Amino acid sequence: MIEIIFLGFVGAGIVLCLLRMLKGPTAPDRAVALDTLSTVTVGLLVLLGYFYKRSVYLDVSLVYAVLIFVGSVAIARFLERGI
Amino acid sequence: MHVVGVIVTGIGTMFLFLGSLGIFRLPDVYNRLQAGTKCTTFGSFFTIIGVGIMEPSWFWKTLIIALFILLTNPISNHALGRASKKIGVPLCKISVVDKSEEFDEYKTH
Repeated sequence: MIEIIFLGFVGAGIVLCLLRMLKGPTAPDRAVALDTLSTVTVGLLVLLGYFYKRSVYLDVSLVYAVLIFVGSVAIARFLERGI
Repeated sequence: MHVVGVIVTGIGTMFLFLGSLGIFRLPDVYNRLQAGTKCTTFGSFFTIIGVGIMEPSWFWKTLIIALFILLTNPISNHALGRASKKIGVPLCKISVVDKSEEFDEYKTH
């Protein structure tokens, strides 16, 4: 029962990050919001894995963590000196 | 054991929510970067470890995920902050001092 409250907290965080991604004045604002959104999503995936009692979600969240690291470093290099 | 896991996961999800609130509310890209780095690293670590405590057969896998996030999230956010300083995103109006102007690497003009 208490997991639903946790999922509500994490879902509210994702909504706030999405609003900042829509509003953000410059490109680095949106990139930072995207990085935070992805890190919150990793926590959400692990919580969903506990909620549905399936351990497949842990593998998905590990692969997603690797992908967001590579993606954020690539976005930072692109912002710094172009392609 | 379940009670300890619930408490640790609650702390983690509260920090995830507070980090996202900082992303939404703070005035500047550097302030947002600070909120988004510290709070989400701490919150993700405690959320994932808490799920591992609640379900003890998943503990080692969740420990691997948490350690990976603990190592890589500051690196990527540091790269984003360095890039946004190099392309000259201004600080907010009420900032007092900018120490990075002393280095040649970050001169904005």
